[in-house]
Amino acid sequence: MISDLFTVTVLIGILASGIRLSTPYLFAAIGETFGQKSGVLNLGVEGQMLLGAFAAFYVALTTGNLWLGLFTAMIVGALMGLAMAYVTVNLHAEQGISGIGFYLFGLGMSDLLFQKLMGTVETVKGFPEIYIPGLSDIPGIGKIFFSQNILVYIAYLLVPIAWFVLNKTTLGLKIRSVGENPDAADSLGVSVSRIRYFTIILGGTLSGIAGASLSIALLNVFQQNMTSGLGFIAVALVYFGAWRPIGVLGGALLFSLINSLQLWVQVLSIPIPSDIAVMMPYVVTILVLVATVSKVRAPSALTKPFERGD
Amino acid sequence: MQQKLGSLFDALLPVIATLAALAVGAVMLLFLKVNPVEAYAALWDGAFGSSNAFAETLVKATPLLLVGIGICISFRGDVINIGGEGQMIIGAVLATWVGLNFTGLPGWLTITLSMMAGFLGGAIWGGIPGVLKAYFSVNEILSTVMMNAIAVQLMNFLLRGPMIDPAQAEMASQIPQTARLEEIFRLPRLAPTRLHLGALIAVIFAVLVYILLWRTTLGYRIRAVGQNPHASRYAGIKVQRYMVLALLLSGAFAGLAGATQVFGVNYRMITDGSSSGFTGSAGFNGIVAALFGGLHPILTIPASILFGALLVGANKMQRVVQVPSALITALNGLVVVFVVSSEIIRKRRQRRREAVAKRDDETPPPAVEAGNKKIQQAEVGS
Repeated sequence: MISDLFTVTVLIGILASGIRLSTPYLFAAIGETFGQKSGVLNLGVEGQMLLGAFAAFYVALTTGNLWLGLFTAMIVGALMGLAMAYVTVNLHAEQGISGIGFYLFGLGMSDLLFQKLMGTVETVKGFPEIYIPGLSDIPGIGKIFFSQNILVYIAYLLVPIAWFVLNKTTLGLKIRSVGENPDAADSLGVSVSRIRYFTIILGGTLSGIAGASLSIALLNVFQQNMTSGLGFIAVALVYFGAWRPIGVLGGALLFSLINSLQLWVQVLSIPIPSDIAVMMPYVVTILVLVATVSKVRAPSALTKPFERGD
Repeated sequence: MQQKLGSLFDALLPVIATLAALAVGAVMLLFLKVNPVEAYAALWDGAFGSSNAFAETLVKATPLLLVGIGICISFRGDVINIGGEGQMIIGAVLATWVGLNFTGLPGWLTITLSMMAGFLGGAIWGGIPGVLKAYFSVNEILSTVMMNAIAVQLMNFLLRGPMIDPAQAEMASQIPQTARLEEIFRLPRLAPTRLHLGALIAVIFAVLVYILLWRTTLGYRIRAVGQNPHASRYAGIKVQRYMVLALLLSGAFAGLAGATQVFGVNYRMITDGSSSGFTGSAGFNGIVAALFGGLHPILTIPASILFGALLVGANKMQRVVQVPSALITALNGLVVVFVVSSEIIRKRRQRRREAVAKRDDETPPPAVEAGNKKIQQAEVGS
């Protein structure tokens, strides 16, 4: 029954899993924010996540070391980012389309490696929930905020760090200037390509972690196409959050809370068709995009390759 | 002569890009301890080895071509449509509904109505992001991705619920699929192969889209908006309207692609719960085919056949040398990356040509100058 949703236990469950579910979105979307702030749209996030998820899972499965798995996912993501950077910065390739290329590559490659190296779906013991003496025991709050796995905390820590770097450091100023007016930045001696390489590789690394957070922290399995559109949502959240880390956080939370709500709706077998329930986060995201996006302007140089004028 | 060779080289760039992708694929095959020659031979054999194989290739190419010509329209209008998957699904849903319910009509009429319903369904699913982009500045890449996700859930809901095959509803298995279309409501096949009328329909529409884009005012305006929205606005073109139209038409052809899959291939709508379970990822691969065809509807025909061949051949390759067909998805991705990256070569060559032409303009050879003077004198004299 609908009223079952409004018991304390269920509400705590919804909030706790909502926060947990937001981790992959946060990692990927914060990374994408850096890229877009510097003027590069990376649509290949989904592919980077899939390869990252596989790399983390496979290494964790074979070595039993979760941190090594996470590290491998970062390397794989960074390499994908490097390739993306070369193609978009040096070769001036259309960003949206090359992103789709990288997506297809990651989709096929992770599936291929999965079938060749593993063949069957297996599970690992992922990052455990951290028990913080005292805090974890607080009724309600403890379950929601202080009983999560380590990656959840890192993801949330990343939000203020990203805000600080983008708004309070010279590096952030350079990133923003390269995204707004690359010609001016260039004439002041900022290397446009170096900054963009940095942000795209950083974005790839974070997408790799996002994938790992799915395969060795959240779900603890790897399956072909396990992200099923999550990476594209992460890109949408950057627009949603108007290129601000705090806005991205808001979007990721909203999206995952609705997602968590619909999962509980299914668990409690409330008579709403599950397919319709799964649809809700997407519908809400579109509606919020309609309501907000038109008021905020994208970085001026977004998707525009930079070339020094003669 | 040199110029002719140059433009031939430009035209061959996608082919070179594909060969490069296949070369990378060969390296990957070596890592998988598979003989690349053997693997690619199996791929070729699976795609072109017999008339039946070739027919299968054309069957796979059909949805790619229909999605692809839609992509030609939207990308020419500078609107990125990534919603082919969802548009195929909604088109197929509407078409199937017509095919299963308008059973009192003559076969050809129901088929025609169904194809139109598919067109309409795709148009609606493409038109919504079009309106959102034109009037609410919602980025179309995002909205089309969201619309894909919504379409998948809608399909799952309908195929498990209101539209489920009555036989499945009785059984415990509950496979998400509709009832089978009656025989007279199916697209005719070229027996004994599975090649169906949809392939011909797709080719005809490719020609029509070419005419639309380059021989009509509508097409001219879509392209003008794509090349320079500001100038188009000054020229009095209602930019927003043509943005919507570009996405709407693009979606419509994807919808038609979905309809032909139901009426020509499976004779029912069926899925495994994912979007590619119904579309076979044609909504994405159609983009690849269109790009490969240089966003030209006619050139998209051979491009679709090429990618259809890769998809069909991949299955054979999987059987013969046990390489998962996912390899082909990865290679498709590389082809896209290589093709868009090779654009820079074409652009640089073009710029060099223009620079040369400009230099020639600035200092005309003496003979030409003398000729000009004569003409001027003649004009003054008359």
